[in-house]
Amino acid sequence: MTRMTRRALGRLAAGATVLAAAPGLSFAQGSNPLRIGYSMSLSGGLAPNGRSSLLAHRIWQEDVNARGGILGRPVELVYYDDQSSPANVPGLYTKLLDVDRVDMVTSSYATVMIAPSMPVVMQRNMCYVTLLGAGVNEAFKYDRYFNMNVTGDDIRANYAKGFLDVAARLPTPPRTIAILAVDNEFAQKAAESARYLSKQRGLRIVYDRSYPPTTVDFTPTLRSIQAARPDLIFIGSYPPDSNGILRAASELRITAQMFGGGMIGPQIAAVQAQLGPILNNLVTWDIYSPEPTMDFPGIRAFQEKYRARAVQEQVDVLGNYLQPYAYAQMQVVEQALNRVGKLDQAALAGDMHASIFNTVVGDIRFGAHGEWAEPRNLLVQFQGIRDGDLEKYKKPGAKVILFPESLKSGELRIPYGAPA
Amino acid sequence: MDGDLALLLNGIVSGLLLGGLYAAAAAGLAVSFGMLDIVNIAHPALMVAGGFLVVLVGTALGIDPLLAAVLLAVPFYVLGVAIYTFYHHFFERRGDEALQGLAFFFGVMFIIEVGLVMAFGPEQRFLDPPYAFVTWRIGEIDIPLRMLAPALLAMAAIGALWVFLRRSFTGLAISAVAQDAEALRLMAVDPVRIKRLAFGLSVALAAIAGGALVVVQPVEPSSGQVFIGRVFAVCIMGGMGSLPGCILAAFLFGVVENVTASFYGPSWSPAVAFGWLLLVLAVRPQGLFGKLA
Repeated sequence: MTRMTRRALGRLAAGATVLAAAPGLSFAQGSNPLRIGYSMSLSGGLAPNGRSSLLAHRIWQEDVNARGGILGRPVELVYYDDQSSPANVPGLYTKLLDVDRVDMVTSSYATVMIAPSMPVVMQRNMCYVTLLGAGVNEAFKYDRYFNMNVTGDDIRANYAKGFLDVAARLPTPPRTIAILAVDNEFAQKAAESARYLSKQRGLRIVYDRSYPPTTVDFTPTLRSIQAARPDLIFIGSYPPDSNGILRAASELRITAQMFGGGMIGPQIAAVQAQLGPILNNLVTWDIYSPEPTMDFPGIRAFQEKYRARAVQEQVDVLGNYLQPYAYAQMQVVEQALNRVGKLDQAALAGDMHASIFNTVVGDIRFGAHGEWAEPRNLLVQFQGIRDGDLEKYKKPGAKVILFPESLKSGELRIPYGAPA
Repeated sequence: MDGDLALLLNGIVSGLLLGGLYAAAAAGLAVSFGMLDIVNIAHPALMVAGGFLVVLVGTALGIDPLLAAVLLAVPFYVLGVAIYTFYHHFFERRGDEALQGLAFFFGVMFIIEVGLVMAFGPEQRFLDPPYAFVTWRIGEIDIPLRMLAPALLAMAAIGALWVFLRRSFTGLAISAVAQDAEALRLMAVDPVRIKRLAFGLSVALAAIAGGALVVVQPVEPSSGQVFIGRVFAVCIMGGMGSLPGCILAAFLFGVVENVTASFYGPSWSPAVAFGWLLLVLAVRPQGLFGKLA
């Protein structure tokens, strides 16, 4: 019998590591493919959004290749798992650009993963279309950066605007607000926006605290907020914190006039399934809802394809959050390349600054710093939610848009915590 | 009742309930790390794996997640025996257990996390029993059953283990192996067999903790990372191999975290809780219930 030595074990482990780190190559038909490279969070905390974004990218790749590719070349996606660790990102982009020599680069989801890639991308003067970053380019001021996000250039002035605009129309105008946000960049920017706009509108901030992402029990925090008796409660949270916060709010029977604001989590199908009626009347920031006002060309076809594969791929089954934006991210690359007609990064950047892009999330135009020229932060409210059945989220009416006026599809219901 | 007093009492009660969850998560480590001197950094990941399997089994059989956790404790015991056998063969037996053993368990943790993503996907998984949405109200004190039921199960499991360690020959042998493995050999008891058994028990406790976790919050493959610092801190503060110390430290940790969150905000909670750890170790370097060597 052969004994497994430590050396053999080491070789086995090394082999497994190489396999695990192997790039996710998606080989397209034909030769000389046009290669788009990026890191993607396929494991770790950002994996739920990373994996569903990847499915959206693959659907786009199949669609574009079915149309004959870009510049007559089939499209190939080259991606590596960044394990949701920002420290891995610079190395992966160096490899993509210097070893794999991809033709274009895009990003994975989230500010924390985009920011560490910026120096590498900037050094090579590449055009960079990113996904749901928040104010990344404020510091870099890179003129070839383009971000698929609704927040616009000025997050402070825009992010909480919907929440406070809708609050201003309450039958009893609010006078006090509580703000709670997780210690991460995006949520802190959201809280800063709520703070800034509240002061501007004369609201008294009766609670303003942060919490670490490792918090397990939110009951004492929510009880302290309840003790301050705010009219409005603005939360900037991430999953799974959002889940814990909403469970604690339900257990403590918190009934502020408006509760929510900037929670990331309720947009995700698994959270909607678990929390069910706890979500009723929650008012929060969002980027997409299947309401008639957001029935953009191509969105239904995309979602049909996505939902048909989501269960098998073990990703978010609805695709009502960043997935359409991931598809649109690649549409921006595609349309710019088709217009410019060559892989000239300077010309591509010029086109992206000058053009309007027709995407599944609507027509968009980029501003001077690469953010959307017209911010489109949605404020949505969960209405009539009696259970965790997800079918209702595929149709209009469950997640009603309250803001902006141009996309509004329903009226505010108060208070949070009232049964459907 | 005065508002501040109500906040304080609720902070203490919710802290005790949270401490129950921490005790569940740390008890297994008190056996492996505290008694066997095995730095099982993968213990929280095993707990999360237990949580995923609890969701799977509980959903398939339509049973309560805590009952599913108790049932899963048996296969997890076997898993623990297998992990220890591997660890002993490749590391402990050769005297490489210090650094290489730590690397081994780090690898186990990574494999479990990636394995869960591959098997279940990266999405959150949950299994809510009906009582998870019930909150008892006694005066101005709220007791959510979502927190109470897991805490009670944790106490029952740790209590049963404590009785086993104190009253049975094998249990006494486990306590003995922590003190002097060679002396145990002189009593005609194989220390490796005893350690294998004890490690199996520690991993079985991870399954129980996984069930407790699922009732408290949904689980995702990386959920274990939240608990790594806390479970080691609780284990050390309690006095390494002491189960009563582990429970007391877990309660202390939970109460300090929640009372701090109530009055000074949640961002101070970890700093104050770990500050308490330093304070306890400054006064009693051996931990609350530990004995000086």
